[in-house]
Amino acid sequence: MIHVENLTRYYGDFCAVDNIDLDVRKGEITGLLGPNGAGKTTTLRMLTGYLAPTSGTISIKDYSIDDDLLEIKKLIGYLPESAPLYHNMLVYDYLDYIADIRGLSKGRKEERIQELADLCDLRAIMHRPIGELSKGLRQRVGLAHAMIEDPEILILDEPTSGLDPNQIAEIRDIIRHFGREKTVILSTHILSEAEATCDRIVIIDKGRIVADGSTEALEQESTAQEKIITVALLKADFASASMRFRLLPGVTGIELVESADPEVLKLKISADGRDNLREMIYSCIKETDWVLLELAKETKSLENIFRELTKEG
Amino acid sequence: MNQALTIFRKEFRDYFISPVGYIVVCIFLLVTGWFFFTTFFLFSEANLRSFFNLLPLTFSLVIPAVTMKLFAEEIHTGSYEMLLTLPVTHNDVVAGKFLASASFVAVMLAPTLLYAASVAFIGRLDWGPVLGGYLGAVLMGAAFSAIGVFASSITRNQIVACIVGMVICFGLTLFDKMVFFFPGKIVEVSTYLAAATHFENISKGIIDTRDLLYFASVVFLFLYGSNVVMQARK
Repeated sequence: MIHVENLTRYYGDFCAVDNIDLDVRKGEITGLLGPNGAGKTTTLRMLTGYLAPTSGTISIKDYSIDDDLLEIKKLIGYLPESAPLYHNMLVYDYLDYIADIRGLSKGRKEERIQELADLCDLRAIMHRPIGELSKGLRQRVGLAHAMIEDPEILILDEPTSGLDPNQIAEIRDIIRHFGREKTVILSTHILSEAEATCDRIVIIDKGRIVADGSTEALEQESTAQEKIITVALLKADFASASMRFRLLPGVTGIELVESADPEVLKLKISADGRDNLREMIYSCIKETDWVLLELAKETKSLENIFRELTKEG
Repeated sequence: MNQALTIFRKEFRDYFISPVGYIVVCIFLLVTGWFFFTTFFLFSEANLRSFFNLLPLTFSLVIPAVTMKLFAEEIHTGSYEMLLTLPVTHNDVVAGKFLASASFVAVMLAPTLLYAASVAFIGRLDWGPVLGGYLGAVLMGAAFSAIGVFASSITRNQIVACIVGMVICFGLTLFDKMVFFFPGKIVEVSTYLAAATHFENISKGIIDTRDLLYFASVVFLFLYGSNVVMQARK
């Protein structure tokens, strides 16, 4: 559906997007995830034709963005960050205007506005000026704006930033509803957001793609490489415990964790991917008179992956 | 093309939704009306010459205020991004905005027909120069609108857009009057470049293709310039 090759964009000397390759299939909700300033917005702006790439190619369906920009714009519904709509217009007039620009016939226009009024819950605010709406409401109008022509591709830049949890849930429902048959690309710096909404996550940092895969695959991949096990013991001291555990095969590090109870020794043992590590730790403890309070495998959440991939240095 | 017309309709309607449009029309009518009628009875001639003579200056002052918001406001609020990601070309956007402001200038000019009517009521008015004057005014209004559109496209600040527009319009109006002490060739060129010269020709009732061509090329040049600026923004 969307094919991006060697996409690069400079602002003066600053490289915002650095040689990105990306393929998005039809019917996929893809999340572009990255810290602020990672190049998410720039990437989306190039996909929608608002910014021209410094180098690289973008093709959507069979259209190239250099030659058939107008055709590509017809395929895409785009909501820029913080929904910059015309504040002096009424919601209905605004949607009517967008539908006119997109060349919808009169009957189809009415029909779509009614459909979107239901989907985005706009009935009560149809005749209010956009400038008077709260951020959440404006975002819903923005979504309606992007979906007015029932586009094949929906591109959303930070669709839920600055909204309260209820509003986020509403927007998420609308996106998921739309994403059942259509292609959606959204950017976010909130992990739970990407985890909850997207089928696939592309993590971007400093203009480069650092990870790409389905939510589950990303989690599995990184837990396969390294495991962390937390152990809480009574009647043990750090020196002797770490000496014992260090002898176990595969253990790469032992770390003391502050615990609230001074009696309890809490450790974090990291090891490279061996499946029976917990067994070995257990039998190791059985030989002593320590009391085992806790033995748990820590799966790396998406958050850890994100931090690790995008941290400084 | 349809997109340009849709943008035109929206921008034109915007002028009548916000109070700015009405304020600008009021200022324009007050200034022109005052200067016209205070001197009118001194000459006791039944013509609109003093109104048309002053028009290049009043237009230079007022039209940039009409056009300043066209791009600058959109760039400032970010709706520019939303507009450009709709299926429209740069030409659609520039043409729509230009037509809206030029039409608004025509609307602003319409009430001054009452001056002509009242002069015709008092004395015997020669309608030839009056019609020529209005044709010239519309053409000059279009040219200054194009300048204003260009000035608005280069900045996100409406005040800067307005001042840049005024400077260019005043420049074109007063240009030939400032270089009279230069050698003859320069004066000739600057007289050709000055908007006021061409406007005066038409408002005498002489319709020459050179004057029409002059205004058409000013419009084309500045609209093309806006298009280039939009391209550079990418």
